[in-house]
Amino acid sequence: MKEYLLRRLLMIIPTYLGITIVTFVIIQLAPGSPVSAKLGIGESLKDNVLNRKIIEDTKKLYGLDRPLIAQYFDWLKRSLTFDFGDSFKDNRPVMKKIAERVPVTLQINIIAILAVYLISVPIGVFSAVKHNSLADKAVTVIIFVLYSLPNFWVAILLITFLGGGEYLDIFPIYGLNSYGIEGASFFNFLLDRLWHLVLPVTCLAYAGLASLSRYAKVGMLDVIRQDYILTARAKGLSEKAVIFKHALRNSVIPIVTLLAGLLPAMLGGSVIVESIFSIPGMGKLGFESILARDYPTIMGIVSISALLTLAGFLISDILYAVVDPRISYE
Amino acid sequence: MREQGYYRQVWKKFKKNRLAMTGFYTAVIMGFIAVAAPVIANNRPIIARTRSGEVIFPFLNTGMGYKDRDYTFEINPLIPYSPSEYDLDSVLIAPSVKHFFGTDDRGRDVASRLVYGARISLSIGFVAVSIYVFIGLVLGSVAGYFGRKVDIVISRLIEIMICFPTFFLIITIIAYLPSSIYNIMIVIGITGWTGVARLIRGEIFKIKNIDYVYSARALGVSADRIIFKHILPNAIGPVLVSATFGIAGAILVESSLSFLGFGVQPPTPSWGEILFQAKQYLSWWLVIFPGLAIFITITSFNLVGEGLRDAIDPKFSK
Repeated sequence: MKEYLLRRLLMIIPTYLGITIVTFVIIQLAPGSPVSAKLGIGESLKDNVLNRKIIEDTKKLYGLDRPLIAQYFDWLKRSLTFDFGDSFKDNRPVMKKIAERVPVTLQINIIAILAVYLISVPIGVFSAVKHNSLADKAVTVIIFVLYSLPNFWVAILLITFLGGGEYLDIFPIYGLNSYGIEGASFFNFLLDRLWHLVLPVTCLAYAGLASLSRYAKVGMLDVIRQDYILTARAKGLSEKAVIFKHALRNSVIPIVTLLAGLLPAMLGGSVIVESIFSIPGMGKLGFESILARDYPTIMGIVSISALLTLAGFLISDILYAVVDPRISYE
Repeated sequence: MREQGYYRQVWKKFKKNRLAMTGFYTAVIMGFIAVAAPVIANNRPIIARTRSGEVIFPFLNTGMGYKDRDYTFEINPLIPYSPSEYDLDSVLIAPSVKHFFGTDDRGRDVASRLVYGARISLSIGFVAVSIYVFIGLVLGSVAGYFGRKVDIVISRLIEIMICFPTFFLIITIIAYLPSSIYNIMIVIGITGWTGVARLIRGEIFKIKNIDYVYSARALGVSADRIIFKHILPNAIGPVLVSATFGIAGAILVESSLSFLGFGVQPPTPSWGEILFQAKQYLSWWLVIFPGLAIFITITSFNLVGEGLRDAIDPKFSK
């Protein structure tokens, strides 16, 4: 186990290198330079002598005049201490900008993941126990429909019909809190926050809900057919005890590992959901820095979200070993 | 041939699955709409007879300068509007007999744009998936067949791609490339191959040590011949399943990109781009119809994929 984890940790290194090199190269190869974008000098004015001088000076200031490989190693060295340089956009340290945003994104994603697990496991168990009944079939169809719904469509549907003021106006559709809530009591603040999170979390969660409850069902069906369940029933245990004590624990094993797969998908989903609902998280920051050609911030976000994803994979490996003692990583 | 018999069996099983067949027919209809778009939605008649008695097909003239002549007889398309023909006098009109699905902020007919949007979505879906199935097949077979160091390198590469915030990568690339549907196809293609590669690699590891491959090797058959003639045909089923789901996925990515404003450039009709407008105006017809188009298309491909999977591998049909 220890050895496996160590190997897993070591594998983070080539993966991290690979991800950052790819992103670095893509950004550098992209036409259009951040310098002229920053200075507001259009293509037509580039050949002006004075402008050329300004561009060169700015390049020197940010180290953009040096060869690519040198720039990359420079960046890599600094990134090891989580120093991703300063944002081109507002000159603030990238790490500080990201550090402000990570908690927001994690908050929504953790709530979404919790909701997904808390709802999908019971649904899966229910469908498995009532396998092939009318209720099971209805659940299967609903889940399938949910799975195919594009999340940005769900987002606009929710905004248009539940929050836009155009039709119903139940939920807030903008930001994390109402204006002027800072002075309110903690309880009111929390309530306001949760109220704001209903729509975005719904958008992030429903697709995961669909796939996870499917896995939960398949897992449960597998377990129910095992001999030890037959034994449990044969010795006269109640159906409740059989399902919840004997079957459930074994059936959740496979879906625990799916946690790792959910994370990158949700981080990707955050870009869309956060942009639509104006939530100041990593996804929105990423979206904005791409628009602004803010290279240091893009690199920082890619690195941090890759690390988060790698951490997710690692955690689910560990969880896997914890919930299933039969698994030993040798 | 045994091979043919197997796929006939799969098809037979697939045909029995009513949901999968519904999906299949829906996908075929979508494909038909995409191919026949100029006949379904056009501001020029399909067939017309001029005063001189000549029978012509005005819809074939796509140029801007073409002037409709006086016709004695004409058959017009079901939707008599072109996708980018705008009319500033009828902006954001709700669905009516004149405009089945309403109009957008420039008075363009939404129904017509949806019909042409099917072309964009489906062609991106098919081409992007073909690209990544090809990459995945090559890398997966190489990794699986040669094993050892080659496999280690390719497996690392796969791992890197999996940890990559793919959607973010796609936006980054698309944002900096001149936006065209070809770039979107290529980008989805080069970011999506890991699933197929892993699948093929796994299949090959499974098959590699089966007797018939051993005997082929013992007979001195070359590596690429073994891969193409003996191993790949056995792995094609699961790849087909994953490709079908992949088409749905690629269509989703394209519409998400257009929705964020990174996808297909505005005058070109795309389902995601209509939703991008809907975000500003929140008119229900701009929200509902393009979303439904995306949803129906994605669902139909997912249903086909699901049916294929059940037909190929009975393990999943529990």
